[in-house]
Amino acid sequence: MTSAKEVVFKPLFDNNPIALQILGVCSALAVTTQLSVTLVMCIALTSVTAFSNLFISLIRNYMPSSIRIIIQMTIIASLVIAVDQFLQAFAYEISKSLSVFVGLIITNCIVMGRAEAFAMKNPPLLSFLDGIGNGLGYSVVLIVVAVFRELLGSGSLLGVEILPLVSNGGWYQGNGLMLLAPSAFFIIGFFIWVLREVKTEQVESPEFRIAPHASHSQEGAF
Amino acid sequence: MEALVSLFVKAVFIENMALQMFLGMCTFLAVSKKVETAIGLGIAVVVVQLITVPVNNLIFNFLLREGALGWLGLPDLSLAFLGFLCYIGVIAAMVQMLEMFLDKYVPALYSALGVFLPLITVNCAILGATLFMVERDYTFPESVAFGLGSGFGWALAIVALAGIREKLKYSDVPEGLRGLGITFITVGLMSLGFMSLSGVSL
Repeated sequence: MTSAKEVVFKPLFDNNPIALQILGVCSALAVTTQLSVTLVMCIALTSVTAFSNLFISLIRNYMPSSIRIIIQMTIIASLVIAVDQFLQAFAYEISKSLSVFVGLIITNCIVMGRAEAFAMKNPPLLSFLDGIGNGLGYSVVLIVVAVFRELLGSGSLLGVEILPLVSNGGWYQGNGLMLLAPSAFFIIGFFIWVLREVKTEQVESPEFRIAPHASHSQEGAF
Repeated sequence: MEALVSLFVKAVFIENMALQMFLGMCTFLAVSKKVETAIGLGIAVVVVQLITVPVNNLIFNFLLREGALGWLGLPDLSLAFLGFLCYIGVIAAMVQMLEMFLDKYVPALYSALGVFLPLITVNCAILGATLFMVERDYTFPESVAFGLGSGFGWALAIVALAGIREKLKYSDVPEGLRGLGITFITVGLMSLGFMSLSGVSL
């Protein structure tokens, strides 16, 4: 029996959905140019994952397995519609800048993946916590990426100026690359590198090993 | 016609689904180890994209958008909030139908695509293209061009990445970067390359 604490905190670094399970990467890259937008996205995803896990776990014993995917999809899509309507009503600006990515939570593999892998086999409360844990694991990566991108790209955090830009009479020359698509890939790549230097058991085994150089064995022969 | 060609080129190179819009990343990273499978998946995505985007365009324009149900005597009704549910339903149904069609009439292609066909349902590039189509209010011909272009762009990107990864496995990468890490950085470099096309317009 897995404890509640383990379920919530394990996905943060030990079994991070983005860095280790390669789930839900798409939105992780696209919504991270501004920290405020990122935070809204993290809350949206965490709540959808938690509630979809809860509801799917509640009805898991009544669901015929042949149509479970479509049932899961319907539950997730309905939750996302609720989140989307909520954002449009109370945070219209942010909902505009998230554009299609709220809708794309439906196909976010974290939500589907947790529903299929955890909620189908575990009681409702534990599944709810698992959803929160995985949402937090996703949020950690997103927030790290967003902090780097907003701070280095436009010299601010949450819209508050931290590094005064040259264009506003300060000293910091904004790094335009950070606001463009490629930087997100680089930052996640380096995040994974750092994480795996610390947690070496996550290192992947090489597909192809280079044969040791022949001259090593003959050293000292001359 | 010229506008449609320009839209197609834009969707393939400038607004590339995988490299500029970050869509379909999960499959993009997971299924790009071999060129052959990448080509199979790419073709499947192009076909599904070409069907679902125009179909969803028709659904949006004739059923969901505000005033679209005027012919039922309900001119003020807007069902746009049901969008997500309908689009994902259409995508799942289309993929299922395509699977059955290929199984019966083109078994060679069916066995070549194998497990990738059902996976396409949860590929966010497909849903993403539909949502972009709705957001940008494309007409029907435009949606055909956009569907084809976005699918083709995604296929191009995954085949190119698979080509690089096939060579990359022979290189000596630092341990922590091995596998996923170096793939991310490679994709970043490819994305930089595609950005240089951003000035191109027809």
